[in-house]
This record gives sequence, C-alpha cells and structure tokens, in this order.
Amino acid sequence: MSDYFAVFGLPRKLGVDGAALQRRFYELSREHHPDFHQGADAERQAEALARSALINRAYRALREPLARVEYLIALEEGRDVREAGSEKPRAPKELLQEMLEVQEALEEARAEGLGGDAAARLRQERARLEARHAAEAEAIVARTTEWDRRVDDGGDRAPLLAWFKERLATRAYLRTVIDDLSEALGEREEGHVSHRRH
Amino acid sequence: MSRIVGIDLGTTNSLVAYVEGGIPRVIPDAEGRTLLPSIVAWTPGGVVVGEAARRQLARNAARTVYSVKRLMGRGYEDVKDELARLPFPVVPLAEVVTIRIGDREVTPPEVSAHVLRALKQRAEAHFGEPVEQAVITVPAYFNDAQRQATKDAGRIAGLEVLRIVNEPTAASLAYGLQKLAEGVIAVYDLGGGTFDISILRVKDGVFEVLATNGDTHLGGDDLDGAMVDWLLADIRARHGADLSADAEARQELRLGAEAAKCRLSFEERTVLTIPFERFTYVRDIGRAELEALVEPLVGRTLGPCRRALADAGLRADQVDEVVLVGGSTRMPLVRRRVEEVFGRTPHSRLNPDEVVALGAAVQAQILAGGITDMLLLDVTPLSLGIETLGGIVSVLIPRNTTIPTLAKEYFTTSVDGQTAVDMHVLQGERELAKDNRSLARFDLAGIDPMPAGMPKIEVTFLIDANGILQVQARELRTGKAASIEVKPTYGLTESQVEQMVEDSFTHAEADVEARLLIETQTEADTVINHVERALRQAGSIATTAEREAIGRALAELRAARAGTNRDAIRECTVALNQATAPLADRMMETAIKEAVTSKRADRLLENP
Repeated sequence: MSDYFAVFGLPRKLGVDGAALQRRFYELSREHHPDFHQGADAERQAEALARSALINRAYRALREPLARVEYLIALEEGRDVREAGSEKPRAPKELLQEMLEVQEALEEARAEGLGGDAAARLRQERARLEARHAAEAEAIVARTTEWDRRVDDGGDRAPLLAWFKERLATRAYLRTVIDDLSEALGEREEGHVSHRRH
Repeated sequence: MSRIVGIDLGTTNSLVAYVEGGIPRVIPDAEGRTLLPSIVAWTPGGVVVGEAARRQLARNAARTVYSVKRLMGRGYEDVKDELARLPFPVVPLAEVVTIRIGDREVTPPEVSAHVLRALKQRAEAHFGEPVEQAVITVPAYFNDAQRQATKDAGRIAGLEVLRIVNEPTAASLAYGLQKLAEGVIAVYDLGGGTFDISILRVKDGVFEVLATNGDTHLGGDDLDGAMVDWLLADIRARHGADLSADAEARQELRLGAEAAKCRLSFEERTVLTIPFERFTYVRDIGRAELEALVEPLVGRTLGPCRRALADAGLRADQVDEVVLVGGSTRMPLVRRRVEEVFGRTPHSRLNPDEVVALGAAVQAQILAGGITDMLLLDVTPLSLGIETLGGIVSVLIPRNTTIPTLAKEYFTTSVDGQTAVDMHVLQGERELAKDNRSLARFDLAGIDPMPAGMPKIEVTFLIDANGILQVQARELRTGKAASIEVKPTYGLTESQVEQMVEDSFTHAEADVEARLLIETQTEADTVINHVERALRQAGSIATTAEREAIGRALAELRAARAGTNRDAIRECTVALNQATAPLADRMMETAIKEAVTSKRADRLLENP
C-alpha cells in the first residue's frame, strides 16, 4: 500500500500545514496531470493517469484533520482504507441511557406521526447530538499533537490509537442517529447517503 | 500536434471555438452566425442540420429531431414520461433510446454526430484544412453513460475526442483567461435542457472544483414546455380548439413561447402572435405571468445549489463571485433567485451563450501545450459503487472526488472451481442498488479453478479526467489479468459504435456543397409555403399591385428552386421576403388590433 504521507514527502504525523499541503498538491498536479502529457506515448500517459489518481486520493485523505486521523489508523493497522467512514459505528457506552431515549422518541414518531410534541422533541434530540458530534471532532483533533510528540520521542502510541478509534466509532454512530432523526422528521434528502466532509 | 477545437454540444444550440493569438473565439459559419441550432431533420433531399432543420420543426415534425441531448445515454424507461411532448416517434422498450425516422432507426449519439459533423465542417472551412481532434463539453452532472454517449457521438462524426469537459468548469476557464480574481466562485449554469452548479477555488492558475450538483433534466426546454401547456389551455378556452395532439401546432407554439420568453427578459409585456390555418392566435403576456408559470421550475435549481455548498464545506457568504452561464440565466427571475441563495449579485460579463465554447477552446489549447499556466482539477459528480448482498450499494468513490481517481476492490469465489465472478457497477447517492443508475455489469472470467475463497481478484475502478470509468482486474495469486466483459446498461457496445463509424463513411453525407444546397432549398420551400398561406389569409389587406409583385417574386423563386444554383435561390428567397414584408407587417397589425378589440368587447360584456 502506498503511503499517502510519502506522496507529499511528509512524515507520518498528524500535524500538517494545510496551506503548504495545498501548494505541494498543486505543484504535483502540474507535474503529473494527464492534461500536460497529452502528446506523450501511451505508456507515459497511463503513468501520468495513475500518478495523478494517487496524488488526488492522497490529498483527499490528508487535507482535513479528521480524515487524516482515519487514514493514519488504517495505515498503522496495515489495512486498505476505504473512504466514506472506515470506522464501524458503535454506540458510546457513556451515552447508552440517552440513546435509549432517542430510540424511544423515534419509535413514537414512527408510530404516531409528527403531531403534537413529537417533532419538537426529535429536533431537540438532534440539536443535542449535533453538538455532541462536533465536540467529538474537537476532542480528537485536540489530541493529535500528543500523537506527534510520541512519534518524536518513541513513546507507546497504541493506547492513543485505540482511543482515536473509539472516538471515531462514537462519532460515526452519532452521525447515523442524527440521520435517522432527520429522516423521521422528513428533512433528509430522499435516502441520500451522507458521506459529507467531516 | 494538429489543431484541437473546443465544442459546446448544447441542448438548443452548439458552437465551435478555437484559441487564436491567445484569445478564444467562436468560429462563425459563412453567414457570420455563431450558434448552430442543435436540430437535425431528415428531408427528401437528405439530412439537414441547424437553421435549415429548425425551419423543418413545424412542417416536418416527425422527422425533425431537437433537444436530443436530453436523450443521450438514457433508456426508454427514463424518458417515457416526456414522450408525449416529443413530435418524433421513439421505439418503445429499446434499452437505448432509439428514434424512428421513416423506415430507419437512429440513436441519440448518431443524431448528435450530425451536429458535430456540421461544426467540424464549419471549422474546416474556416481553417482550410481538416480538423480531427476536439474537446467536447457536457453538463457537470452527466453520468458515465451520458459522457460515453457524447464521446461515441464524436467518434461517429470523425472526431477524436481528447477530453470531455464539464460545462460550468469550461466557463470558469474562459473567465480565468481574463485574469479572474482568486477566490471561491460559484458557476450557475441553466441551459436549454440541463442545470449545473459548480463551486470552484481559483488559486495560482489552478481551477479546483470543490463540489458540483445539478439536474440533467431541467432547463429552458422545460420552461417552454410549461408555457406550451398553458397556451394550449388558453387556446381551448378562447378559440374552442384543442391543439394538443397537433404536432405541427405544438411546435409553432413552442417556438412562439420560446421567443416570447426571451423577449420578456428585456420587456415587461410582449405579444405572442401565431397564425394558424383557421385563426390567428394573439396573446398578450406579462412578465409576472411568465414568472408565476416557471417559478416552480426555477425553484428546483436552489436545492442543488445548497447541496453543492454543503459538499464544498462552505457557507454562501464564503463565495466571492457568482457567474451565470446559459441562455436561461437571462431571465430576471433566475437572477433574483440566485442572488437570494448566495446573497450576492451574480454576473455574466462574458456572453452566456458563448462562454462554454470559449472555455472548451481554452481546454483544447491546454491539451495542445499552448497554455501551461492553467490547470483544471475537476470532480466526479456522482458516487460510484458496486452492488453487494441484499441489493445494498457499497460506495467505492464518493461524489465530488477529484479526478482522475481510482479505487481497488477485492473479490473471491463462493463455490469450488468457480471460474467467473460478476459485479454490478452503479452511480448515484441512494442506498439501494435499484434506486441508483446502473452503469454496467462486468463478468470477470478466466479465473483458474480453485477451492472457494482461494482466488483473490483485485479490481481497479479508475475514473479518468473525462469522468469516464475504466475497469481492470487481475488475480493476485497468479498475477494473471482477468478478462472483463462489459455490458453497458444504457450505452452502445464497442461493436455498435464501430458499425456506426463505418456507416458514416460509406453513406457519407453529401459533401459540404451539397449540404448547403439542400439547406438553401429547404429555406426556399419554407418561405414559399409561408407566402402562399399569407396570400390565402390576406383577403382585402393585400392590394392588387402587391399581389402581382409577390406573384412575380414567387414564380422566380420557384424557377430558381428547381435548379441547383445556390446563390440564385438565396437571392430569389431574399427578394420574395422583401416583396412580402410590408403585407406581413400589416397583417400582423390587423391581427393584434382584432385581438385587442375583442378583448375590449369581452370586458364590456363582463361589466355591463
């Protein structure tokens, strides 16, 4: 598996200068994009195509802090990263009670419709989960410098890696519940798969 | 490298452009016209394209194909709802939409190839040498099948299509040449048949598309259609005539509606006048009336704008510039709605009809190596996935991924000794396979017989810079490339395209001279037809002297028409038009006066 950090000549660390990455991405694109190899022989053209595809995927994986964490986990575990949420959604233990309430509200809305307080209740739950979802992201990003420090001083990274995985799984779970709530409220684009940016 | 032209293959009009001396220019025809109507008519004299075909719309409705772009890369099931509006017959239940013209059948790529060939000839006449390579634009929201169909059309027309470029992105390139300010721009492109919204970041000469969205079945055509339905109801009420099944009348109404719609972008009121055999229909239309009619259609463009912003991870106030592309954006209603969504006044400093072709020419020049400081990084508009157990789609490449891009997926066998695996590739945003666009089924064959689960087949899905999918497979244990048989769901197979390319050589359309002659003759026929009808309807409005003069001009044109001297036919056509003009004006005035008078009478009756 090709290391996307290496594509940009970066070490496997989470702190990345976004502006510098973008500059490097544009430079590499100018070098390898098929547009600039139109006159070359078939072999060179195929090479440019493959190279350009790799650069594009690498940039997508690294340009945002959360995507970077997801990619890094995959890289550390030596598996192929699949976009659109590689972490399996898992219900957060500390939120079990609240999740039960949300499920109850959802079932009620499904059974009795959105009349009365049902819609308001669903919206309230959703707003709470959205806030929680954003907080998870902040918490993950906040510990990325800790990761980089351990890379530098050779400390044990396994516990932090496990923690990142857990937070990402929680976040993925929150997303599915938020989507369920939106769907119950009839505010979700018909069956649109959400793989929005983080 | 030989000359590469840029082509905007539009729903309503098509153009060809080229960069000369660093400036992109649209190449005009011999008469100086830049727009070629994307209309193809089969006449007894042969196939005609453009303006000449446009004049066949009403007279030869069943054999005159327009707006074929809406049918590109589509199946019968996709378009059956709008067939009632189309005057030409579509073969039922064919997998690929097929149009019946007399005793022959043509597919949308073949129809488009006629338009492309006319543009190719226009460019060749301009340069005085063959033109064989082109960049062709498509709506950004076109799926794989629609892009492939466009590429096929190019091949059938004898053009090597070096690149398929998205229309809004092409427009941004045209603006970019004029040193566009750096920042985030939104390109709102409402054309004749399709709608696109693209959000780009322009920086250091790189045009990076962040997100795109749209509707490939929403454009000026739909606005015209809504107007036609409304006019048909009005005619029923006022003249007691039901013209809805009359293909010729529908076309007259469509053309009249289109023209009235365009006038209402610059005037508050307009009068639509259509002379039918039995009565002349005159209707005074206000801009507010038109806007009420098309408001729901224009409203449908706003959802995609918001989704594109969300996918780009931006708020509306982070957009620095909003550019309007496509003829339909001349409507004040459209401008108001766009302004509401983005909170910023949109502009169209470059001609919205030409800007896409100009951008295609810029991209052609980039490919030719003539421009090296600009780079376009586009995205794939729709998610690509494969069907998995239970009919669920597993997404391999999410929408708005920068292209070229690739994804790898691993397959194995489920039965001992199994030598083939099949997979179903889809495009779209829905969770269930059945709700998405089926692109193709692939058969991976030639796997060595092994126990179940042993083979490991790596399949690479690559979306190239055209937004078109390429699939490769190999068995990892043996390193052997697996053979793939592609069955496109809504496209022509390779051998069908080969056949069409061959046909286009053997039944080569008459050469350019012959085609121009047919067009001139067709135009003469149309004018003769109109004048004859006008004389029948004129009654006492025409003076005796006038009738004599028109009669003479008519006889002269008929004589010229029988021959093959194109210039003579054209001169006589112009002469007849001139001889009839004053009469036509007076007839129009009378019709309007009558309509106004009868309206006044109506009002008197209503309020005694």
